[in-house]
Amino acid sequence: MSIINLAVNGQSVSGEVEPRTLLVEFLREQLRLTGTHVGCDTSQCGACVVMIDGKSVKSCTMLAVMADGAEVTTIEGLANGAELHPMQQAFMDNHGLQCGFCTPGMVMSALDIVNRHGNEPDDAIVRRELSGNICRCTGYQNIVKAIRAGAQAMGE
Amino acid sequence: MQENGIGASVRRKEDQRFLLGKGRYTDDINVEGQTYACFVRSPHAHAEIEGIDASAATAAPGVVAVLTGDDLAADGIGPLICGVTVTSDDGQPHRAPAHPALAQSKVNYVGDHVAIVIAESLTQARDAAELVEVNYRPLPAVASTADAANDGQQQIHEEAPNNICFNWPFGDKAANDEAFEGAHKVSSIDLVNNRMVTNPMEPRAALGEYNSGTEEITLHLTTQNPHVHRLVLAAFNQLAPEHKLRVVGPDVGGGFGAKIFIYAEELVVGWACRKVNRPVKWTADRTEAFLSDAHGRDHVTRAEMALDENGKFLAMRVLTTANLGAYLSTFATMVPSYLYAFLFAGQYTTPLIYSEVKAVFTNTSPVDASRGAGRPEATYLLERLVDVCAADMGLDPAEIRRRNFIPKDAFPYQTPVVQCYDSGDYEAALDQAMELADYAGFDARATEAKSRSKLRGIGLSSYVEACGIAPSAAVGQLGGGVGLWESAQVRFNPTGNVQVFTGTHSHGQGHETTFAQLVCDQLGVPFENIEVIHGDTAKTQFGMGTYGSRSLAVGGVAIAKACDKLIAKGKKIAAHAMEAAEGDIEFAGGNYTVAGTDKAMNIAEVAFNAYVPHSYPEGVEPGFDENAFFDPMNFSFPAGTHICEVEVDPATGEVEIVDYTAVDDFGKLVNPMIVEGQVHGGIVHGIGQALLEGCHYDKDGQLVTASYMDYAMPRADNAPEFKIDYAPTDPPHNPLGVKGCGEAGAIGAPPAIINAIANAIGAKHVEMPATPETVWRACQSAN
Repeated sequence: MSIINLAVNGQSVSGEVEPRTLLVEFLREQLRLTGTHVGCDTSQCGACVVMIDGKSVKSCTMLAVMADGAEVTTIEGLANGAELHPMQQAFMDNHGLQCGFCTPGMVMSALDIVNRHGNEPDDAIVRRELSGNICRCTGYQNIVKAIRAGAQAMGE
Repeated sequence: MQENGIGASVRRKEDQRFLLGKGRYTDDINVEGQTYACFVRSPHAHAEIEGIDASAATAAPGVVAVLTGDDLAADGIGPLICGVTVTSDDGQPHRAPAHPALAQSKVNYVGDHVAIVIAESLTQARDAAELVEVNYRPLPAVASTADAANDGQQQIHEEAPNNICFNWPFGDKAANDEAFEGAHKVSSIDLVNNRMVTNPMEPRAALGEYNSGTEEITLHLTTQNPHVHRLVLAAFNQLAPEHKLRVVGPDVGGGFGAKIFIYAEELVVGWACRKVNRPVKWTADRTEAFLSDAHGRDHVTRAEMALDENGKFLAMRVLTTANLGAYLSTFATMVPSYLYAFLFAGQYTTPLIYSEVKAVFTNTSPVDASRGAGRPEATYLLERLVDVCAADMGLDPAEIRRRNFIPKDAFPYQTPVVQCYDSGDYEAALDQAMELADYAGFDARATEAKSRSKLRGIGLSSYVEACGIAPSAAVGQLGGGVGLWESAQVRFNPTGNVQVFTGTHSHGQGHETTFAQLVCDQLGVPFENIEVIHGDTAKTQFGMGTYGSRSLAVGGVAIAKACDKLIAKGKKIAAHAMEAAEGDIEFAGGNYTVAGTDKAMNIAEVAFNAYVPHSYPEGVEPGFDENAFFDPMNFSFPAGTHICEVEVDPATGEVEIVDYTAVDDFGKLVNPMIVEGQVHGGIVHGIGQALLEGCHYDKDGQLVTASYMDYAMPRADNAPEFKIDYAPTDPPHNPLGVKGCGEAGAIGAPPAIINAIANAIGAKHVEMPATPETVWRACQSAN
């Protein structure tokens, strides 16, 4: 077992994990941050995306010990109380979610798109950048719309 | 109309919790003392079990118990059931081999459940599961749908000779044959409806808790229909009496049919939590989901149409072999029969239709309903066949459809295949779609594409479906073991806010919003003061759940009926309070008024009076809380035309969908934003089937597409921006005027896409999924 120390959503946390424990397991099972989801076991679906030191990472593909010393942001760390982050608000305003299961990963990936492509990503960029996130409900059109609107709102 | 009432694109109530990461899906729930389960599954498609040695697993660290089929049988836990009877051509009911929740002497597909290992942690359970030694004696496997019933095939179940579950002829064969003999032309097509894995993004899960004090089992499940789960688990599986079993479907991450069924893992977890007297949690990983979720489609079909010299359809014949997998899932028999053959008329006046469905067992995962269930299969063969007819007759695909449409003044229209369509205007939807898609301008676009070495094609699909799955009498006549009404309870609290309890279940459809809009509209209560509650047998009265696009068309009407009762009761209370005659009381916009006066009372005040009945009409019960049930007279029949435009690169076989238009008739829209989202999702599901998704077993019955690395799900860059519009007609039997919209896209899209590809490359047919390899090969033979 290893002791890890990291910051999650701005709070210092520590935990004891097996070498094989995945970051997503640590977040969900030990920290009970269940907003980050597991939709597959091959790093394809993106339901588990979190931000680590400002970059999006599939938390099912990273060992918890690798996050030692890192700053992790999960979907629970975006809003200010009940006030949604502009990207979360854009998903609501544009009906960018249905069952909600892929949504946390979509929102985190969206923030990464904004980080890398700025506040005016076009449709083609957003669709291409979402290649690591699968949604079965929405048909993506409203997710793309939401991300573009959210990106713009973040620039205002 | 209220601001947030019917017709408004209100933002969804459920979004706040999902966006904050506060959704509560089954795997998110953790209880004190919880253990973790891992299932030991068969690696063989077909094998006898000669022995199970669980001693090493039982002794492994953290293991609480290892339980097998013998333990299950010893406790009298019954096999899984199939709830719908189909009568085979020998007059006997379909063959229903036993479907044990844990295998005893034999396994019949890869992933079949052999044992459950329960441990203090998930890793301990997984480690120990690898220590369970099962002695298998492998048998030859049957994996091919087309060949499953061939002479000399390996038998899977003793009870089902030649691996046939049923042979189901339907229609007047002699009259049909005669029409074919006298026909001007006969067009035909052979096609495969590719097997799909439904793949909701949340894998299935179960959390069982047993309270030895109350002897009650609580099961949190990924379910679309908690009451149906409770009923079947209690009545047929002897898990616990219904009143001692609580089933909760909390937030559920998509269903699309795959979470309707009562699965082995759910029964076993429910039983095991009592056996070990500890909470037991099981969550599928994605590969387990691929192996053990019920799959969809998987038909091999020959279809023929007899035509007269004007291209009018005279008669149709369909011969289908449908794969049901290794065992019968809960509604398996209904899908390739009643939900399939009763849709063969489509939008057309074809007077004679004859079909034979041979349903077969194979050593593959059970097959059951998946978004559309039977109706996509019917629509695909019909709309592909119609395009072949058009080519054979030298007619434009739009023209041949037009010549055969049921005219708008012919409704109600009795088809030759049971269904009586209540409303529709098929030509209006076709015209509107052709306009929106600029059908007339296609040739110019194709010429332009050719200058870029691309082959551009256009394809139509004019579908009709039967949904709002209900009429109990019809379902009973067809051999269904249940009624299919829906229930609602609308409860005012003393302070004037409202709780709506529905028997349907929302797993992405947005019922918490749509149903609140209905109540807001009808009762005039502010939208934010209305809460919709579903998915817990301890909270809501019996209901049938959500599938078959039934929630609004059936469940919504039950809510409206409960509101009617409240309004009527409120009139008595308001009349008494305002010292007027009941007959003089009018209700509108949330207010009771005395006709011809300025006296008024809000419904919230009436509710308060009903709970604090100090001055109250004689004979009226206190309380403001009404129940209603709705059992419609007919299915509802959404319809529409979808038009797809593709560009094919003949050098690579790659298909790009460059334009997609959908014009649908869903009747009245309650929340257009949500409806449009359902259409988008359905179309992309259909794009998945048409271009990407192929579930494939090898000849030994190994599932070779058991992960997202091998099974291609549609992604954001597989679709263009859709053009969506509506051509509504009013369904006379539905009091809300609604039809259902959840499955239409998945039904309409596949034939529109394949018709477009066939048109682009000049081929008669291209099988789904139309991958670059398949299309490239078709291009080569078309040349």
